[in-house]
Amino acid sequence: MQSDAKIRTEYGTDSSPQSPGCSLRHFACEQNLLSRPDGSASFLQGVAEKSRERLIRNTCEAVVLGALHPRTSITIVLQVISDAGSLMACCLNATCMALVDAGVPMQALFCGVTCALDSDGTLVLDPTAKQEKEARAVLTFALDSVDQKLLMSTTKGLYSNAELQQCLAAAQAASQHVFRFYRESLQRRYSKS
Amino acid sequence: MKETPLSNCERRFLLRAIEERKRLDGRQTYDYRNIKISFGTDYGCCIVELGKTRVLGQVSCELVSPKLNRATEGILFFNLELSQMAAPAFEPGRQSDLLVKLNRLLERCLRNSKCIDTESLCVVAGEKVWQIRVDLHLLNHDGNIIDAASIAAIVALCHFRRPDVSVQGDEVTLYTPEERDPVPLSIHHMPICVSFAFFQQGTFLLVDPSEREERVMDGLLVIAVNKHREICTIQSSGGIMLLNEQVLRCSKIAGVKVAEITELIQKALENDQKVRKEGGKFGFAESIAKQRITAFKMEEAPVDTSDVEEKAEEILAEAEPPPDVVSKPVLWTPGTAQIGEGVENSWGDLEDSEKEDEDEGGSDEAIIFKGVRMDVGMEVSNTGSQEAPIVLSDSEEEETIILEPDKNPKKIRTQTISAKQEKAPSKTAAKKRKKKRTAN
Repeated sequence: MQSDAKIRTEYGTDSSPQSPGCSLRHFACEQNLLSRPDGSASFLQGVAEKSRERLIRNTCEAVVLGALHPRTSITIVLQVISDAGSLMACCLNATCMALVDAGVPMQALFCGVTCALDSDGTLVLDPTAKQEKEARAVLTFALDSVDQKLLMSTTKGLYSNAELQQCLAAAQAASQHVFRFYRESLQRRYSKS
Repeated sequence: MKETPLSNCERRFLLRAIEERKRLDGRQTYDYRNIKISFGTDYGCCIVELGKTRVLGQVSCELVSPKLNRATEGILFFNLELSQMAAPAFEPGRQSDLLVKLNRLLERCLRNSKCIDTESLCVVAGEKVWQIRVDLHLLNHDGNIIDAASIAAIVALCHFRRPDVSVQGDEVTLYTPEERDPVPLSIHHMPICVSFAFFQQGTFLLVDPSEREERVMDGLLVIAVNKHREICTIQSSGGIMLLNEQVLRCSKIAGVKVAEITELIQKALENDQKVRKEGGKFGFAESIAKQRITAFKMEEAPVDTSDVEEKAEEILAEAEPPPDVVSKPVLWTPGTAQIGEGVENSWGDLEDSEKEDEDEGGSDEAIIFKGVRMDVGMEVSNTGSQEAPIVLSDSEEEETIILEPDKNPKKIRTQTISAKQEKAPSKTAAKKRKKKRTAN
């Protein structure tokens, strides 16, 4: 069983600085675009490689109901088309959509959200590549769709306990939007009208 | 994964259809599938779709020292990768023949035809030249990889802009894209490969074979032509024997096809250029067709994070402080230390717990996870306190023998990556120790 995801993190207009107050960048996704794999999705969002792969794998293992497919190997192939920041979150989103497209049974959907903390402690959600580079800490969380519980977190940089909780709460708020996006795009695809 | 073999009836059906001049998707003999070219936000990034075959092309550049025997020329480097998502048969270790053949053909087509002016890539003769690297990834395989790849490569090269460089005496200044507009590469002509598939010992030919047709073909003829009808590369594989008229006819057809494709490429490049200049939206986001029900977009969404701080404070206030962790390593013999106590075995009945001497761990089954290296010689035993009951499993298969503590512990075989959960072999009667393997 193969579900493949192409990820593009980019947005079309010239990079403008993000306005104060958090917002998620423009999203787009396309499903079932490849004919060979069982399911595929493309997700666009505003040595290290192996660890990233392992993180995604662990997140998937937590939600995929593997017991329903014994003796089966589920291969997830991710191809980064372009990287404009929040790469890990985009990878997670693309993986989830590809798994849904392939019809793999899961106990919940999951999404990825990235937060960046800059030097004066301001929280920025879904940072661009420039913001990520200049940030003091970059935190990526994988949250599930049922209770917004934390499935996986990977962080880089220095931050305090309080900041961690704040980022997590902000990520949970943002994940609502991502799940709404999933729901609407699937509705569009599967609705009869 | 092994490729699903083509059934005999499918093969016969395809061959019969070709004899009657019919193709599965309704095309004529010389028809190409729909070609769609879309560009990314960065210069040099494009995706080409030839029917369902999809290739991603990306060009990047770097300043390096030139080759010793070509001190005034830049370096071109091509790389085609067959991604695992393109077809189940493409696995990282397994695709060498096809991969080598495709890479070699692409190199001959683009490098030996001198379509890119390498002299213009020279910055300081003998010291600094541009190295242009073209990376192609096959995303979906529905036949005719070579055509799609050659189109992607040439489109990406035409689309690419390298940073501007100025040389004043001995000083070389490299300008960033913000300081000076990046400069396009100097391309003389655009060679594009056209594939002809032959069936029934050369009697029938098809242009742009799809994946099914490729599987039943006898041989393949690839001709790379540019729009001035100059042949850049020609290659025949598969062992078919062709007459000269056939080859000449194919080259004429290739000339016509390439003229059409080149026009399409020019139009796509111009469109993209226009959109970028007018400041409109460009990139892959825009090329997703809005009408398709499998595609969906959402605009920028503001997220309300005003109550984030209060929530965080609540969580922190309710959280207990982390337990104090004190590590007291116990040294058994030189080279063997123990930190903490192992977890008790939860298998078997807990009522019959016997107190054993030290050096016995509980589990008889080792679960090996992918990507975890087992450390050698780590022995976990429940001997921190002699009163703690040690529970052994009731399995009949194992033989539990207790050894003296002054014997050197036997090293555990390091188990490296295994794909599935495996039972550690516990059958040998001579197996002395049951060791608990801790996953790091």
